Amino acid sequence: MALALFKTPEITPPADIEAASLRSDRFRLEREVDWQRLERIVSLLEKNRPRRINDEDLLELPVLYRKAASSLAVARETSLDAATLAYLESLVRRAWFQVYGPRMGMLGWLRRFLGGSWSASVRDIWLDICIALAVMVAGTLVGWLLVARDSEWYYALVPGEMGGGRQPGADRAALMETLEPTQSAEGLTVFATYLFSNNTGVCIMAFALGFCFGIPTLLLLVHNMAVLGAMMWLFAGAGLEWEFAAWLSVHGTTELFAILLSGAAGLHVGRSMAFPGDASILAAASASGKRAAQVMAGCTIMLVIAGLLEGYARQLVPTATGRASIGAVMLAFWIAYFCLMPRPRDHAQDRGDSDEAQP
Amino acid sequence: MNAVATRFGLNRDGNRRLRQLVTPEGLALPLTIASRSARAGALLIDLGIIFLSLIAFIVVLGAVGIELAGIDANASAGGAMEFVGVLLILLLFLARYGYFLWFELGPRGATPGKRMLGIRVAARDGGRLSAEAVIARNLIRDVEVFLPTFLLLGGASSMGVAGGAAALWLAIFVLFPFFNKDALRAGDLVAGTWVVEAQTARLPEAMSVSPDRSRDYRFGEAELAIYGERELQVLEGVLRQDNAETMREVMDTICGKIGWTPGQGDEREFLEAFYAALRAHLERGMRLGRRKADKHTGA
Repeated sequence: MALALFKTPEITPPADIEAASLRSDRFRLEREVDWQRLERIVSLLEKNRPRRINDEDLLELPVLYRKAASSLAVARETSLDAATLAYLESLVRRAWFQVYGPRMGMLGWLRRFLGGSWSASVRDIWLDICIALAVMVAGTLVGWLLVARDSEWYYALVPGEMGGGRQPGADRAALMETLEPTQSAEGLTVFATYLFSNNTGVCIMAFALGFCFGIPTLLLLVHNMAVLGAMMWLFAGAGLEWEFAAWLSVHGTTELFAILLSGAAGLHVGRSMAFPGDASILAAASASGKRAAQVMAGCTIMLVIAGLLEGYARQLVPTATGRASIGAVMLAFWIAYFCLMPRPRDHAQDRGDSDEAQP
Repeated sequence: MNAVATRFGLNRDGNRRLRQLVTPEGLALPLTIASRSARAGALLIDLGIIFLSLIAFIVVLGAVGIELAGIDANASAGGAMEFVGVLLILLLFLARYGYFLWFELGPRGATPGKRMLGIRVAARDGGRLSAEAVIARNLIRDVEVFLPTFLLLGGASSMGVAGGAAALWLAIFVLFPFFNKDALRAGDLVAGTWVVEAQTARLPEAMSVSPDRSRDYRFGEAELAIYGERELQVLEGVLRQDNAETMREVMDTICGKIGWTPGQGDEREFLEAFYAALRAHLERGMRLGRRKADKHTGA
C-alpha cells in the first residue's frame, strides 16, 4: 500500500453502457477499458519504463494488442465515429511499433554482435573484401610506380602537413628520425583519440560513398593507398623498408584492415544496387545496407584499437622487431576472429532476409 | 484517372502521403509519410540541440580549464588538461555519429526533433526496425548532412573545380528525398526504413451517451437520406468543438435542407438528435453493405 502514491490512476469503466443509443457506441463503450489499458502499457514502453508495468499487464499485452486490432477491424465496418476510429488507428499503430519493436537493448545487441554476428557479416561480404583488397594493393602499386617514375608525384600525392620531413631527397638519418618514438607518454591520449575520431570519419565516408554503385569508394581507396605506396618508395629508397613496415604495422594491420572492411562494405551496398539479382533494387539495397552496417559498427571498434596502438604502442616500443610482432599478432587475431567465430543461431544465412531475426 | 490515383497513392481525400501497412495479423494500418518539411524541421531542431549543447559543454570545459590554470601550473594540471582534450574530441565524435543513433535506437524510434514534430522511423517492409537498419541510415547521414555543411562552412569556391564537383556530388544526396514519392533519403533507401507520422490521439467522449431525444425530434427516412458519411464527420467535429455560432449556422443549413423551421436555443439538442439519427441510419446501411460517402453519391 505504500506504493499507492506512485500508482497510475485506475481506469474506470464507463458508467452506463446501456445509455448509449447507438449500437456502435455501445460496442466502443464495452471495449474502451481494454483500449485504455493497452494505451497505458504502450505509453510506459514508449517512455522506456517497462519495469513499471505489472506482470499481469505485461502478460496480457499481446492479447490486448490483438483485441484492439480486431476492434479496429470491426469498427471500420460498423462505426462512423471518426474520432474513435482515429484513436484506434493511432493506438494500434503505437502498440504495433512496440510489439514488433526492437527486442534487444544496446547491451544485448552488442553481445550478439561481438559473439559472432559481426564475423558472420564480414564473411558474408567476402567477395567485396577481395575486390577492395585488390584495389588497395593496386593503389599502393600505382603510388609506388608513379613516384618511382617521377618524384614530383610525391608532392601531389602526399599532403604537405603529412610529409613532416619525409620528402624525396631527405637523407637516411632524417627519415629515421620520423620513425623514432617520443620520449614520454604525455599528450599521447589526445593523439590517440584524435586518430580514432579522424580515421573513423574516413571509414564512414568510404562506406557512405559506396551508395553510388561503389565507384567513389574505390577512388577513395586508390587515393589513400597511393599515398602509402609513395611513402613506401621513399623509405625503401633509403634502405629503411623494414623499419618503415614495422613502424606502420603496429597500428596499420588493424587500421588498414578496418579501411579494407569499410571500403568493402560500401562496395557491397553499391554492388548490390548495381546488380540486385532477383530482388528489387530497394530490397537488395536495404538487405545489403543492414549487413554492411554491422561491418561498419565493427570498424569503429577496430579503429579505437588502432588509435590506441598508434598513439601508445608505436610511440613507446622502439625496436622494429617489437613493432612488427605487435602488428603481426593483431593481424593474426583479426583474421582468426573473422574466420573462426561461429555464426549466431538466429543470424540470417541468405542475402535478402537479414532483417528476419528470431521472433 | 483511377490509374493515376493508384500510382500516386491518392486516397479519397487526395492525400498523397497515405500508405497502407499490413500487420502480421492481416490488418491494414494506415500510415502517413512524414512531409519533407517536417523532416527538415526535425533535422534543424536536432542540429540546434547538438550545437547548443556543444557550446554549453565547451563553455563549461573552458571554465574548468581556466580554473585549473589558476590553481597551479605544474604537472598535475597537465594531466587534467589532457583529459579535457580527450573528452572534447570524444564529445565531438559522439555528437556527429552518436546522437541520432542513440535516440533512434530507443523505443520511440525518434530523435527529440522528430518527437517534437510527431514523426518516427519505421521499417519499410512492416517488419521490425533493427539496430543494423538504424546504424546504416545514420552512417549515410554523414554524407547527406555533415559533409555538405562542412563544405558550405569551409567555402567550396576556394577549391575550384574539385569543390564544384564535390558540391554537385553531394547535392545528389541532399536532393534525393525530392525525387521519390516516399521522401526517402539515401540513408532510408540503404537501411530499408522510412519516416512516418506518429501522432498520438486521445479517446474522446462517446457521442450518443447524452439523453436520448429521438422522441422529441423525429426524422424521416427521406430527411436522413440527404447526407452522407462526410457530412456526418463534419457534424461530429462541430459537436465536439461546441461553438454556439457554428452550431446555429449548421442547424440553419440542415433545417433549410430538410424543410424544417429552426427553433431558438435548442441548437445543441437538435444537432445531437440529428447526428444520432443520421449515424444510426448510415450505420444500418453499412451493416447491409450500403455506404454513402457524401451527399453527392446516390443512396
